[in-house]
Amino acid sequence: MNTVIFRTIAPVLTAIMLVFSVFVLLRGHNEPGGGFIGGLIAASAVAIYGIAAGVTEVRAALKVDPVSIAGFGVFIAGCAGLVSLGYQVPFLTGIWTFFEIVDTEVAISTPMVFDIGVYFVVLGTISAVALALEEDEGEH
Amino acid sequence: MAPFIHRFAGYSAGWILAIVPASIFVFLLGFVEPISNHGFVQAVIEWVPAYNLNLSFFIDGLSLTFGLLISGIGTIIVIYSGAYLKGHHHQGRFFAFILMFMGSMLGLVLADSLLVMFIFWELTSITSFLLIGFDHTRQASRRAAIQALVITNAGGLALLVGAILLQKVTGVWEMSMMRGYGPALQEAGFYPAILALFCLAAFTKSAQFPFHFWLPNAMEAPTPVSAFLHSATMVKAGVYLLARMNPTLGGTYEWTVVLVLFGGVTLLYGATLALRQTDMKQMLAQTTVASLGLLVLLIGIGTETAIAAMVVYLIAHALYKAALFLIAGIIDHGTGTREITELGGLRGLMPVTFFVAILAAVSMAGLPPAIGFLAKEEMYLALMNPNAWSIAVLVVLIVGNALMLVVGAAIAIKPFFGGLKPTPLKPHEGSLALLIGPVMFGLLALAAGLLPDVLGHYFLVPTASTIYNIEVESHLKMGLEIFLNPMILLSVATWVLGALMFWRLDDIRKILRRIESAVRWNFDAGFDSVMFGLIRFADAVTRIWHHGRLELYLIVVFAALALALFVPMLVLNGVPSVPQFPQLTFYEWGVGLIAMSGLVAVLIARTRLIAIVSLGIQGFAVALIFMLFGAPDLSFTQFMVETLSVVILTLVMTRLHLEQRDSRVLEEVLRDGSLAIICGAGVMLLLMSVLQHDLDLRLTDFFAQTSVAIAHGHNIVNVILVDYRGLDTLGEIAVVMTTGIAILALIRIRAGGPKRRVTTARKRAGAAQKTSRTTKKEARA
Repeated sequence: MNTVIFRTIAPVLTAIMLVFSVFVLLRGHNEPGGGFIGGLIAASAVAIYGIAAGVTEVRAALKVDPVSIAGFGVFIAGCAGLVSLGYQVPFLTGIWTFFEIVDTEVAISTPMVFDIGVYFVVLGTISAVALALEEDEGEH
Repeated sequence: MAPFIHRFAGYSAGWILAIVPASIFVFLLGFVEPISNHGFVQAVIEWVPAYNLNLSFFIDGLSLTFGLLISGIGTIIVIYSGAYLKGHHHQGRFFAFILMFMGSMLGLVLADSLLVMFIFWELTSITSFLLIGFDHTRQASRRAAIQALVITNAGGLALLVGAILLQKVTGVWEMSMMRGYGPALQEAGFYPAILALFCLAAFTKSAQFPFHFWLPNAMEAPTPVSAFLHSATMVKAGVYLLARMNPTLGGTYEWTVVLVLFGGVTLLYGATLALRQTDMKQMLAQTTVASLGLLVLLIGIGTETAIAAMVVYLIAHALYKAALFLIAGIIDHGTGTREITELGGLRGLMPVTFFVAILAAVSMAGLPPAIGFLAKEEMYLALMNPNAWSIAVLVVLIVGNALMLVVGAAIAIKPFFGGLKPTPLKPHEGSLALLIGPVMFGLLALAAGLLPDVLGHYFLVPTASTIYNIEVESHLKMGLEIFLNPMILLSVATWVLGALMFWRLDDIRKILRRIESAVRWNFDAGFDSVMFGLIRFADAVTRIWHHGRLELYLIVVFAALALALFVPMLVLNGVPSVPQFPQLTFYEWGVGLIAMSGLVAVLIARTRLIAIVSLGIQGFAVALIFMLFGAPDLSFTQFMVETLSVVILTLVMTRLHLEQRDSRVLEEVLRDGSLAIICGAGVMLLLMSVLQHDLDLRLTDFFAQTSVAIAHGHNIVNVILVDYRGLDTLGEIAVVMTTGIAILALIRIRAGGPKRRVTTARKRAGAAQKTSRTTKKEARA
């Protein structure tokens, strides 16, 4: 699996996949996509990079432990739900604000933050597992 | 918070952290005046309005008295433990535990809703588990902690069932509203069951016979914890529950018999066992058991005077028991031993401790003018009836009180009089932080006895009225006339009996010890045998069900699935008719063919690796079908999941070192294959029968109409996930993360160091298969 072509192309591929995953994540509310799929794509990107460049390098590039990423995801998803309490509505009710940047309407909402949380959970968990598996293989 | 404060403030953190309970105490003190004027404070937070569940709290006489005891004694305990555990490396943790414990205990007595009370009830069990097992490197500590947890939690479960039954009968969760249901409830058929469950809960928590044995063992906890546990808190929770339930459940024949019987036995048994002990803490612990029995007995009698006596005794006991425990701690701290036979002549060296010990013991012995005397007089007054039943209980009370006098006297006199005996440490007086508590409790016990009007008006009347549910009058008094009524004769009898027993204490102890060694069996050992039996039973069950053969597990799972699919279908005659095959377009045929070819490839694959990849083909075909029939989201996800599961399975495969080929023999192939075909056919039939009905489109319409309007999203799947069903998703991602951590743990266990690799290769193979399946399942979720 560890061919020269693969090793050369993998960083580029990973970068493209990561950008794509964010794109999929953010458009999720209106088009096919969302946090779960985005997270899966990002996790695949991490896995591919891991196969190509080795786990040590991925861990160095990630800077934080993947499990922490997942924990962070659950945390911000929970926080997104708590925002609604400030508006005297039940937990997890969506709160929306709209504003315009250069003629384009941009929507910021708690469901979006929630979806980002889902993204991080999926990304963190799957890549943690994939990296752990790759790591063990690499040591043989 | 507490560990942080401790890190900065060192051992003086005790003084700082004591601000928390102290301010609660002052806050509650503000309620004393209004409550004594028939006030009633309530706070309700909506919790699950759909089920009429509220986080409701209230303050009435009973909960106020308890709240004051908890926060007041708690303040002292925190200050005391600052000095007592000085230099202990886990002192910060200790503070955190004890404050948590205090908080749950306060919640318990202030809760109005039974369910809220149950939650705090269990919290006290858990925090006391942490406190008893605080010294967790010692095996005795751990055992005591587990024992306390098992017993009190069993009671807690009984409380939950009882609470639910009670709610079913009365229709409300609030205890303040249940009072009116008393007679109606007692007519209802559930009454014996509810009574039994509540008694079980209260008896386990309050260490009534035969659940008494955990309490002395809980002495493994540091002394401040014991003082707190025994004087104000957890063990009194059962008494609190019974007192609180008296208006609802009490007053019946069953109630009286059960409570008086168990309370009386506990009183005598606990007090007798106390005489056997020589460790000061153990002696005090056994008398706590006895005192709790006495309280339960008084609630059981349930007359106005009995309830009044119970309230006075409750306060008296909390004060002197806290003081005596703290004194035991100071003596232990100052001399290095708690063995009463090894102590003596400390009078001159520890004058303050000696003085307080006398004060507290006077109260415990029920001598005037301490509050303990008032309590005892009140008890005897409650039983001033000329019938056999009352006289029998009266005799029990007199003997019990005399036994308590003996223990009180032993603790106050033995260590301080006589010649000075050599001790492990050079005896020295305790510091201010250690002494302030016992001195205050001792003086309070005295003050309460000397000011019966204050005690009566502010504490006795509101508390007793709450328990009795009818306004109670205080007739506490302290003066010459008290020595002129017939009860004083009973008191004198008690004192004489106690003094006699104290005189022959060493002989009595010898006899008791001889009996103990003759009997051999006790409840503590019984608990052990039950626990070991449980472990052996679990072992046997595990051997049958967890045999460790993965393929058998899978066969069982799939056979169960096949049964679940076919039995209802055949029994309920729901086998679907063969549907009309729709006209398929060429690309639909194409996708079908791809899926089929993927399946065929799996079957004829020469190696496992090829089989996995072929399975992926079939998965992609399914994704294509999703796409063709208008579910782009689903197909997108399916694509990703298939890719990832192939990648992860491959990763697992490459490290498994399995044989490349499937090594099953022909019978096994036939067995597994037919099972697979049966399950597949079952799922197919199920889907076909679902499709024979018209789809219910109400939800579809609802989502189609509201998703843009309410949730501002066109992608309905996503809107459902993050908006309509946000809580589900939140739960799911938490599960995903937890599963991930579990998988990591499994992988790391197998990794377990390079040297063990070779030997554990077989184990690893098993775990890896499990891992891969979990991963797939989770990804599909």
